[in-house]
Amino acid sequence: MLSYAIRRLLVAIPTLFIVITVAFFMMRIAPGGPFDQERALPPEIEKNIKAAYDLDKPLIEQYAIYIGKLFQGDFGPSIKIRDFSVAELIMAGAPASMQLGLTAIAIALVFGVGFGTYAALRQNSAVDFAVMGIAMIGIAIPNFVMAPLLSLVFGLYLSILPTAGWGDGEIQYKILPIIALALPQIAYIARLTRGSMVEVLHSNYIRTARAKGLREKLVVNRHAIKGALLPVVSYLGPATAAVMTGSVVIESIFGVPGIGTYFIKAALNRDYPLVMGVVIVYAVMIIMLNFLVDMVYGLLDPKLKSN
Amino acid sequence: MTTNHILTVENLTTRFQTPDGEVEAVNNVNFHIDPGETLGVVGESGSGKTQIFLSLMGLLAKNGSSSGSVRYKDTEILNLPARELNKIRGVSMSMIFQDPMTSLNPYLKISKQMTEVLVEHRGMSEAEALKRAIAMLDRVGIPGAAQRVHMYPHEFSGGMRQRVMIAMALLCDPEVLIADEPTTALDVTVQAQILDLLRDLQKDFNTATVMITHDLGVVAGLCDRVMVMYGGRVVETGSVRDIYYDSHHPYTEGLLKSMPRIDHANEENLFAIPGQPPNLQNLPTGCAYQERCGYVMERCSKERPPLKAFDQDRASACFREDGQ
Amino acid sequence: MMNKSEKTAMLEAAGAPVEIEGRSLWRDARIRLFRNKAAVGSMIILGIITLLAVFAPLLSPYAYDQIDWGYIQEGPNWENGHIFGTDGNGRDLFIRVLYGARVSLAVGLLATSVSLVIGVTYGAVAGFFGGKIDNIMMRFVDVLYSLPFMFFVIMLMVVFGRNIFLIFVALGAVEWLTMARIVRGQTLSLRRREFIEAAHATGVSNFKIIFRHIIPNVLGPVIVYMTLTIPQVILTESFLSFLGLGVQEPLTSWGVLISEGAKVIEASTWMLIYPAVFLALTLFCFNFIGDGLRDALDPKDR
Repeated sequence: MLSYAIRRLLVAIPTLFIVITVAFFMMRIAPGGPFDQERALPPEIEKNIKAAYDLDKPLIEQYAIYIGKLFQGDFGPSIKIRDFSVAELIMAGAPASMQLGLTAIAIALVFGVGFGTYAALRQNSAVDFAVMGIAMIGIAIPNFVMAPLLSLVFGLYLSILPTAGWGDGEIQYKILPIIALALPQIAYIARLTRGSMVEVLHSNYIRTARAKGLREKLVVNRHAIKGALLPVVSYLGPATAAVMTGSVVIESIFGVPGIGTYFIKAALNRDYPLVMGVVIVYAVMIIMLNFLVDMVYGLLDPKLKSN
Repeated sequence: MTTNHILTVENLTTRFQTPDGEVEAVNNVNFHIDPGETLGVVGESGSGKTQIFLSLMGLLAKNGSSSGSVRYKDTEILNLPARELNKIRGVSMSMIFQDPMTSLNPYLKISKQMTEVLVEHRGMSEAEALKRAIAMLDRVGIPGAAQRVHMYPHEFSGGMRQRVMIAMALLCDPEVLIADEPTTALDVTVQAQILDLLRDLQKDFNTATVMITHDLGVVAGLCDRVMVMYGGRVVETGSVRDIYYDSHHPYTEGLLKSMPRIDHANEENLFAIPGQPPNLQNLPTGCAYQERCGYVMERCSKERPPLKAFDQDRASACFREDGQ
Repeated sequence: MMNKSEKTAMLEAAGAPVEIEGRSLWRDARIRLFRNKAAVGSMIILGIITLLAVFAPLLSPYAYDQIDWGYIQEGPNWENGHIFGTDGNGRDLFIRVLYGARVSLAVGLLATSVSLVIGVTYGAVAGFFGGKIDNIMMRFVDVLYSLPFMFFVIMLMVVFGRNIFLIFVALGAVEWLTMARIVRGQTLSLRRREFIEAAHATGVSNFKIIFRHIIPNVLGPVIVYMTLTIPQVILTESFLSFLGLGVQEPLTSWGVLISEGAKVIEASTWMLIYPAVFLALTLFCFNFIGDGLRDALDPKDR
């Protein structure tokens, strides 16, 4: 287990450094960015930038200072939104994004595994095809098409939920964004679970379990599930990345005051420090999450646990 | 009418629906097993030997279906719903499989895989069941059973895994043990050990054993009676001595001849039965063995020879019986 | 010592089993594929959409940037030729959807080709050499795999501007990872087969072996994955365009159209529905064909 953990760390740490370094260099070559000498910026912002970036020092020193500041959570000032540092903006948007993202993943797991198992146990039946067919739709229809449709159906035609907005963070404003975020993942996880469960159910050790005269419920819940769910656990990493990516668009559509919204505005306004800051934060979160998922997988798979 | 056979199979036919048509893997098979005896079921891959027992254990693939009659003592068990069959599977009738690598659940400890049989079927507590499991592992020759029982399958070698499977199958003291090529996937030296173990256990537990194999050598060391299968049908039955020293069916003859013998090492080339095993989707009219048979007559391509008894407990499916 | 013609003959003999195997594999696969109704239906639909995209200018009386002052943001009307209606600027939606098809299909194919070239070469080299080289190369892929690529692509768009060629390259560069993994896996297993040894024995250079022997045999999974990558790329491009970071005006793509439609969804639902249906349909079709190809080349009991 330990050697496995170390191996995964050896992947995670360089990834982190690549992200940080790429961001560093991107900022410096961006035309119209804080390092572009020809660009004229309002004097207050100019002052902030000079203070934040030590432009007269050699590149290596700048890099070192940059890394140092990152570890202290200092991403520098925003160049388009006055009086706010990137860190402050990200913190402001974090609660909303976290709530939506975490809830969406939780829902996706519960419903995805549920539907997938349900379909797998009725392999090749009408129910199986129906569930997999609907899942296919969930995967093929992009979330930026699904979201306005949901808004239209539930917000306008049925009028049971607000079409957009955040209000004071009451729950009715969160329902549609969470569903929109969760749907593609429910579909993916359902298909993944179904495929994996079907494969496990055809394996030799399930045949042995049945030959031992065990109740079908035991066969499925004790013998089949563990093996079937391992690929789902592996998928959690990419799933979270997908939810993060999706949140960018979902937050825009529903007017959710989260990191995604700030990110889009920053991208459209060329607020480079904010764009970099969000990219780094998201990358760090994903890298840490992938590492965690890898650890959980290592604990669940006996072959890795004992080694 | 009560019978003293422990397992009676009559007219068992198993068909599979495939995209290319229907295949009869088992065709009108009749046999019985008596308490405490060991029956060898011999044949090539595709002869139907395994499918017979998968059928009666309710383990057929979804596209398979069986007809006929299988009676365990006096109870009809063929096509019994799983809930009923589960009272017999693992309790009165157990089956062990060919590949110990994949037949044990890699994600569960051996302890769990063994105790669950006792907990489910005998209502024991986990603690009691664990004690029994350790005792059984000991009995099958697993060293350090009390520690090993808490390990995972991948921590055992192939031979040891097969011992575990045997132990698991015998936990509820079944009256029938079906062993589907238990040594095929193992090294030769380990094979011998496992066969010795089975012989040993047979004496102690007096379990009726079915030994499914393609290896006549295995049969010689272990079995009382033998049933030879070809193309989904039984082609010869008899005691093990009869089959060896007085085989009647040309296929049985061929099998015996193709066993390499150390005492004939310098005398002749290795013999192999000419031709290929039959394509079950495309069986010829008449005898399934006709294309490979050294005694083939005109009649063989027109009619199928039925399994005919020519002596007490001796039968062969060949027209030569009529001539002799 | 063998002369060149003998070497070539031997190579051909060594290569021959592959070809014979290959031919019947493809024929078998083709039969299985055409038995798959969903895949066949999808191919027909895709074919229609492609034709529509190619012949777009001939299919509408309007140009894609032409403003019809008398018919701004109005619904479908067969009489004046606006069969999908018009957008907020009075431009005909039908022709714009077809031009969007051009962009989406072009981006899909070209970006996938980029990822194909990079991924196949990388994977083949890694799988072929094995050992330490393979280890390092795949470790690098692992590292890149865990990164959230959308954000990097957006970063690139922000920094370098919204150039359509940049979009091709950026999207292609994002998708090559899985392709490399698949190709590397296949190559590793192929490497040990005899005909490769034969080629080595006659002194064929490693480079030639990779290109002439390994790559043709890897084609199966590659084709499947390619067919499944195209909709991913189209989706990503639509995503970018939806956010306003994709193709520039006056070029349009389905993502842009959907974005415009989403804003006025209650008043002018058609502006969202038509591009959305085309996008969803195209994605569906590629997915069904990809699934069909996968089943055709490697049938398992589903």
